[in-house]
Amino acid sequence: MQLWLIPLLPLAGFALNGLFGRRLSKTAINAIAVGSVLLSFLWVVKTLSALGVFSGGLTGDPYKEHYYTWIQSGTLNIGVDFAIDRLTAVWLMIVTGVGLLIHIYAVGYMAHEGGYYRFFAYLNLFMFFMLVLVLGANFLLLFVGWEGVGLCSYLLIGFYFLEKFATDAGNKAFIVNRIGDFGFSLAVFLIWAHFGSLDFTAVFGKVQGMPVEPNLGWITAISLLLLLGATGKSAQLPLYVWLPDAMAGPTPVSALIHAATMVTAGIYMIARSAPIFLHSASALDIVAIVGIATAFFAATIGLAQTDIKKVFAYSTVSQLGYMFIGLGTGAFSAGVFHVMTHAFFKALLFLGAGSVIHALSGEQDLRKMGGLRKKIPITFWTLMCAGVAIAGVPPFSGFHSKDAILAAAYEHTPWIYWVGVFTAGMTAFYVFRALFLCFFGEYRGDPHAHPHESPPSMWIPLAILAVLSLGGGYIDIPKFLTPMFGEPHEGEPWLMYVSVAFGLGGILLAYLFYVVSPAIPESLARGFSGPYRWIYNKFYVDEFYDATVVEPLVDGSRELLWRVADVRMIDGIVNGAGTTASAVGNLLRRAQSGYIRDYAGWVAGGAILVIAYMGYMGLKGGF
Amino acid sequence: MPFPPFQMIAGVPLTWYLTLSAVLFALGVAGFLFRRNIITVFMSIELMLNAVNLTFIAFSYKLRQNDGHIFSFFVMVVAAAEAAVGLAIILTVFKNRQTLEIDEVSSLKD
Repeated sequence: MQLWLIPLLPLAGFALNGLFGRRLSKTAINAIAVGSVLLSFLWVVKTLSALGVFSGGLTGDPYKEHYYTWIQSGTLNIGVDFAIDRLTAVWLMIVTGVGLLIHIYAVGYMAHEGGYYRFFAYLNLFMFFMLVLVLGANFLLLFVGWEGVGLCSYLLIGFYFLEKFATDAGNKAFIVNRIGDFGFSLAVFLIWAHFGSLDFTAVFGKVQGMPVEPNLGWITAISLLLLLGATGKSAQLPLYVWLPDAMAGPTPVSALIHAATMVTAGIYMIARSAPIFLHSASALDIVAIVGIATAFFAATIGLAQTDIKKVFAYSTVSQLGYMFIGLGTGAFSAGVFHVMTHAFFKALLFLGAGSVIHALSGEQDLRKMGGLRKKIPITFWTLMCAGVAIAGVPPFSGFHSKDAILAAAYEHTPWIYWVGVFTAGMTAFYVFRALFLCFFGEYRGDPHAHPHESPPSMWIPLAILAVLSLGGGYIDIPKFLTPMFGEPHEGEPWLMYVSVAFGLGGILLAYLFYVVSPAIPESLARGFSGPYRWIYNKFYVDEFYDATVVEPLVDGSRELLWRVADVRMIDGIVNGAGTTASAVGNLLRRAQSGYIRDYAGWVAGGAILVIAYMGYMGLKGGF
Repeated sequence: MPFPPFQMIAGVPLTWYLTLSAVLFALGVAGFLFRRNIITVFMSIELMLNAVNLTFIAFSYKLRQNDGHIFSFFVMVVAAAEAAVGLAIILTVFKNRQTLEIDEVSSLKD
């Protein structure tokens, strides 16, 4: 089936654009970048249809291809193997499909930006690593892709590398992800130590034969370390802080990497490791609690952000929390379902936001927008589609996936359901708050600006994503994943009514606050100025991390590692070796006077000593 | 019937030769250490070499073995070579520095 072609095509695009892009015309760069992803997408479609994925096939073991042995040492045997099962198929379609749309969009969005070829080279490299991540048939290959997408994320967040905030945000993303990756790599070591293999089939085969672990033990430890890795990559509490800052990158990057694909890698990893998680009594509950806490917490922050991309960033964190709830309550397929619908509507939200920003020549502040409904109608209508999808309005896509997650949550633990429903209300509120602030009311921005609709290369992907956001809920992922995760549960109908009511309530409240009488939110902000300031400043989490982690680390490095360990100890040892040698030399220099008679004296003295010693030993009868 | 001088020497005990050799060697060392003229120093070296030669010959005679002779020949060859090289060096030094004072020639240490 030549699965290797799927990731290799974008890699070739990266190599061509990365090496020769400087000398190529924009048309050539576009053709290479978009063409490689298009071919990759077509190859995915062809492969999946050949495997019968679209016609009910591939229900049993994954289809696997072995290319070569990568590491062979003792009993450690790691191959470069790619495998496709239904879970991978979902991700392949999302990554290449949404990735293709965003590549096309980026052609329009980045048209006037410097570093054009660099941008597309990185974007293609990202596609390569993401595809390796989902295709890899063992934990190490998954880890390679995992680290690779992290690298590309870093490179693309810091794409505007002349801006300090962009490079800082890139560093933050990379360093925070290191914490998660540390957990993930420990988990990989533990899996190797405990199961003697890293191959998915082998590991899961072994774990199936084990009893469910009631208390803390190996399997729980592995699960929790994997979860730590997932909280880093998928921006969950307590490691979510990098994602909002990651919006410093160009908007297509925010859409592709920090909304639709890379950040869902943690969900993929947990869903992939489902057999391990299911054999620990407590790990999944912790996943669910992390998810609900993140969903709620991030949604509250989203209520008061003024940067349009920040609103959607916190929304992403919150929605990723929902996916974790799905995983944690055992409804893996519901979580994956939400990954897909979220990829549609969140990519659309970001691309639409990018279109707005593009129209306003770089303005991101919601307070300086308004009344854009007439000026950029296509963007407006597509963003509205995304809005109703994320708010959970039936029958659009977000409704289906969120409903599946919440139903599973209610069956598992009712209070998670109630917090989740409340969060869904907040989600609807803040998304529509952003949309109303942007498109309704009077234009509040620079009066000299002339908002203009985006070129077709931008609005066509928007339109396609809008259709997917509206209708994507009918792609029945839970049913599709039944062979892997079992039959989806049907929730009671009233659960659905409640969540829809909360969603619609959020929209109405936003309409009331920001279209009908904009005075209400201002007086509320004044009336509850304390809580408002906390939310507006994101609960001071960044400041808290700065004070408790970053500054002690920096200060400790400076005072202890630099001034003491490095200057005194390391430099002391190195310089000490030098000065000791020179002092000894100084002492020995006196022996080398340059006077022949001195040397002769040394020889004579030495001879006398030897003779005296020999004579003494001879007298003693020694030797 | 041995050649008369052998007869005569045969009466001299070995210790006398060794003592003479030691005295000569000590003179050589003293000359080497305390004289300042390079030529004298050079001659002192020759004196030490020949003192050792005398020991070799004396032992060789006493022990009736030829090894001592061979060694002394070696020493003479080396001494001849050394004299050639050494005198050449002394000549060059004198040409360049107009001195034979050994303590004036200590620039190697710098």
